[in-house]
Amino acid sequence: MLEPDPNYFSSFVCSGEIFELKAELNSDKKEKKKEAVKKVIASMTVGKDVSALFPDVVNCMQTDNLELKKLVYLYLMNYAKSQPDMAIMAVNTFVKDCEDPNPLIRALAVRTMGCIRVDKITEYLCEPLRKCLKDEDPYVRKTAAVCVAKLHDINAQLVEDQGFLDTLKDLISDSNPMVVANAVAALSEIAESHPNSNLMDLNPQTINKLLTALNECTEWGQIFILDCLANYTPRDDRESQSICERVTPRLSHANSAVVLSAVKVLMKFMEMLPKDLDYYGTLLKKLAPPLVTLLSAEPELQYVALRNINLIVQRRPEILKHEMKVFFVKYNDPIYVKLEKLDIMIRLASQANIAQVLAELKEYATEVDVDFVRKAVRAIGRCAIKVEQSAERCVSTLLDLIQTKVNYVVQEAIVVIKDIFRKYPNKYESVIATLCENLDSLDEPEARAAMIWIVGEYAERIDNADELLESFLEGFHDESTQVQLQLLTAIVKLFLKKPTETQELVQQVLSLATQDSDNPDLRDRGYIYWRLLSTDPVAAKEVVLAEKPLISEETDLIEPTLLEELICHIGTLASVYHKPPSAFVEGSRGVQHKRLPGSTGLGESLESPDTGSAAGGSDAPPAVIPSQGDLLGDLLNLDLTPPATTGPPPPPTSGMQLGAMDLLGGGLDSLMGAGFGAAPAASPASFSAPVSGGLDDLFDLGGGVGMPMGAYNPPKTVWLPAMKGKGLEISGTFARRAGIIQMEMTLINKAMSVMTDFAIQFNRNSFGIAPAGPLQVLTPLSPNQTIEVALPLNTVGPVMKMDPLNNLQGGSF
Amino acid sequence: MSASAIFVLDLKGKVLICRNYKGDVDMAEIDHFMPLLMQHEEEGLVSPVISHGSVHFLWIKHSNLYLVATTNKNSNASLVYSFLYKIVEVFTEYFKELEEESIQDNFVVVYELLDELMDFGFPQTTDSKILQEYITQEGAKLEVAKSKVPTTVTNAVSWRSEGIKYKKNEVFIDVIESINVLVNANGSVMSSDIVGSIKLKTMLSGMPELRLGLNDRVLFALTGRDKGKTVVMEDVKFHQCVRLSRFESDRTISFIPPDGESELMSYRINTHVKPLIWIESVIEKFSHSRVEIMVKAKGQFKKQSVANNVEVRVPVPSDADSPKFKTSTGNAKYVPEKNLVVWTIKSFPGGKEFLMRAHFGLPSVENDEAEGKPPITVKFEIPYFTVSGIQVRYMKIIEKSGYQALPWVRYITQSGDYQLRTNV
Repeated sequence: MLEPDPNYFSSFVCSGEIFELKAELNSDKKEKKKEAVKKVIASMTVGKDVSALFPDVVNCMQTDNLELKKLVYLYLMNYAKSQPDMAIMAVNTFVKDCEDPNPLIRALAVRTMGCIRVDKITEYLCEPLRKCLKDEDPYVRKTAAVCVAKLHDINAQLVEDQGFLDTLKDLISDSNPMVVANAVAALSEIAESHPNSNLMDLNPQTINKLLTALNECTEWGQIFILDCLANYTPRDDRESQSICERVTPRLSHANSAVVLSAVKVLMKFMEMLPKDLDYYGTLLKKLAPPLVTLLSAEPELQYVALRNINLIVQRRPEILKHEMKVFFVKYNDPIYVKLEKLDIMIRLASQANIAQVLAELKEYATEVDVDFVRKAVRAIGRCAIKVEQSAERCVSTLLDLIQTKVNYVVQEAIVVIKDIFRKYPNKYESVIATLCENLDSLDEPEARAAMIWIVGEYAERIDNADELLESFLEGFHDESTQVQLQLLTAIVKLFLKKPTETQELVQQVLSLATQDSDNPDLRDRGYIYWRLLSTDPVAAKEVVLAEKPLISEETDLIEPTLLEELICHIGTLASVYHKPPSAFVEGSRGVQHKRLPGSTGLGESLESPDTGSAAGGSDAPPAVIPSQGDLLGDLLNLDLTPPATTGPPPPPTSGMQLGAMDLLGGGLDSLMGAGFGAAPAASPASFSAPVSGGLDDLFDLGGGVGMPMGAYNPPKTVWLPAMKGKGLEISGTFARRAGIIQMEMTLINKAMSVMTDFAIQFNRNSFGIAPAGPLQVLTPLSPNQTIEVALPLNTVGPVMKMDPLNNLQGGSF
Repeated sequence: MSASAIFVLDLKGKVLICRNYKGDVDMAEIDHFMPLLMQHEEEGLVSPVISHGSVHFLWIKHSNLYLVATTNKNSNASLVYSFLYKIVEVFTEYFKELEEESIQDNFVVVYELLDELMDFGFPQTTDSKILQEYITQEGAKLEVAKSKVPTTVTNAVSWRSEGIKYKKNEVFIDVIESINVLVNANGSVMSSDIVGSIKLKTMLSGMPELRLGLNDRVLFALTGRDKGKTVVMEDVKFHQCVRLSRFESDRTISFIPPDGESELMSYRINTHVKPLIWIESVIEKFSHSRVEIMVKAKGQFKKQSVANNVEVRVPVPSDADSPKFKTSTGNAKYVPEKNLVVWTIKSFPGGKEFLMRAHFGLPSVENDEAEGKPPITVKFEIPYFTVSGIQVRYMKIIEKSGYQALPWVRYITQSGDYQLRTNV
């Protein structure tokens, strides 16, 4: 449908021109008529409003000239919505055209009718559509199949009442591959917008039909079918393997989108295969070459491929571990391709290829594109942290780069050197002198904060540490919070190391932080230090100068459950954004998150027991907190995986289902729904209403209106996965018991050590919710212990209008 | 699932033509596209996906046009980009050149094509040869002969019409190999591969069944044959017409070809290739005074072969002036708008070595802006030869009328992405 470009709204066709066109449209001469319609369409194309000609154009509809008919249809699609009453005039012709002996016209009519989103017209569409779905010509049937999806979008109830969905399902068995493909596409589309409709009832018979059609339909049809297959969960590893075998030939298709959709199916079904199966290894080997070839496609497709490869190497690093070279950056690559390649290079870096990688990174760091250079410098630091043997070389490369005195290179280098110090303490302090020389040139907060951290951490070895830190103190209030916090800590460290000379300095910073600052974080930290120092200097030393845990090897890994979900969305926007669809698609919040099927083999964990490999450590998926990850996975498996017999997927009413959601997309956000955000400073009375509204949304209960207030409490969902909470998993919900709002939480200690001293702090929120009392936790919480806590809340806290609460942080000192 | 609407915009972001397929994204959203794109360009963060609120723009650029798809769903992004490039291909075959004018001049056909290419966001028939059978530029012709759907549209063989006739039945096969090389400034080859392509020009009557035989090592291993040189293809990609399952099971390349020209297959070979034309360069930059360039090119291929139309492109600083050249053969030219010296050698026999010297002046006031380090690039063509040694062993052509047809094969090797980094 075309709509006039608003910029051109002012350019109304002058009445004289309209009048002329009107006359021509009503001419007896066919040629003249056609030319007139063309003129009308031309005006429409440049954004002029020609809706006044509606009746005259519709009058031209009854013609045996196909081209003229198409133009009139085009006009109708554009203006019918603004003139619904007039559009009815066209219905008769549409209905007649649907019975035309020429299949082109029948298809055209049914296709166009579906595009006219006017309720009154849709009623008349049913009968013609029913006939067209059973038309003898496949061209008409394939068009009618898509029309069902169109109609469903306008009036879902009508489509169900008319039984079109069943006819559509029947078309999956059609003899013509193109009809099958469009039927699959239409059904998938409907199923996607109605996640609970249980439409795509995939069973082995349908799967077999789809796989047969896969060999015969167009490249686009292949994509529809592959994307649909990806939603199926095979019954066992044998079925999984046989589907994989029939999908792998698609990896040789010239169309990149076919290849990526095939990769999606394979990556998903591979989860079901036992790792010791020969076929599993064969499949792994088959995946690498087509992924590499995607990098010869057009840049936009390369970009999509690279974003997906980034996910694939996190899930199955072994696939591309030998393909480092293809990710080397070319001078003429677009910047978005360069940045993605760089990211993958670091993920693939290992002891075996580190020399090459470093040489490349050094080359990139002397380029001119600022973002790219920064990322290259950062990459060198990440290599140092990832591959211990290379750390020394990385540090010397970074020093070389600092010598270039290119401002942003120096700053970036200092930031990563700080991380290197965190990973390898007491090893590279010899470079501190060089770093200090560049102190004055640092103007970015992150670099300043990093430098200050280094000075504080190694204060005892820097003769003029006090002078250096003091120089920052002058403009304390102009610094960003990050720098202020770091400066405070660094000076306290310095004081603890050299108490005699720095008393004045520490007092100065403490008073700056506590008395002259409005920032609560800074103030709080200042007070803590102050009290520590004044009450028990020995304890202060133990706390502030405590040995820090080493930072982990891999940074910026995608959280495992999200990664699983994204693997199910290979090739789609979600895989490009690295976000679940619920984070950017409206109305999809209640939609079930996709998960990878669990292995039915021996119930192994994800890590491949690929022990014989030479590259060693880089083989296994990088472990953040491995044991918990598996634990979480197992838990979810137990509770969530639908029974092995593939019946209809369970309706998403089980509370644990939400456990698989990430916090951003699901969790609190969806529970509290939009109603919450719209009602700032909600009073307790209105509290539960939006909750049930949100629940409706979530569970599609429909009849939520009659639900007694407070009778239903939303099930607990995981607010803070162990992965993010340093081993502490928090699930929780809000409930109203005896008229009091409570936050009910389950705390699970998934770390190795005992946890003590729990406290809770509420950020300011839109509803003024705050704890009515302190958090009571029976401490300590030993490993694997679970505890239930209820925290009474009130709504008298400070109100701050904000987006729905959607994150939690785990804190530790 | 894929696109909600497709727009064709001019360079300023004005909509030239558009088609709303689903009606779930406000068509006025497109007004945000160009300002956002410009903003991203300014920040140096161009991306093929731009989002505005809940709307996502997936775009490509072609000559003076932007092709943009909008969506508010979790669309299949790779499908959308493939489809946008397909539109470019179809329009180009219809209008020779796809640009602003050709869209404006042919808006009726463009509308018809947009209607046929995609329905409700699902790509439909996108084979331009088949489309040309029922969507023609002259409506009159359509009225008489082509008012029916060609059965091809919905056939399993959706790329070839029935009833094609030729007096003389012939197939021309071009085997073209492109060499991609990336050489570091210190002369070590960082990466190299061969991307091959087999192109057909089919002039065959009826519905012929073709089978192509290559000296593919996997095939030879399967059939137990072990004679002569074979080639390991790392990855192979086929035209829609090739039966992929058949290839997967027994490595047979069997197909009913599209009529006329098409790319039957492409392949990638990972073997380390010796750069066919080796370049050694010394570029010395004396700040505020001059740049001196010395480039040595060596043909590292058989003496009997000749590389044609060789071009060595050497980057020079943007503020260089007063060029002077000396070449042992060929011709050197300064192309200031690209900051390049282009050294052209029409015919470059294997084993030979040539030299080029260039001298440029530099202004005494230095250019403030940092310049990148563009690599030296090389272009060439070597006929009658493939680096990989791939060979067409046979092309079997079977048609039920039983005619005899002749296959013709031609081999050529050319430069692909051929880059040598420099020190300056």
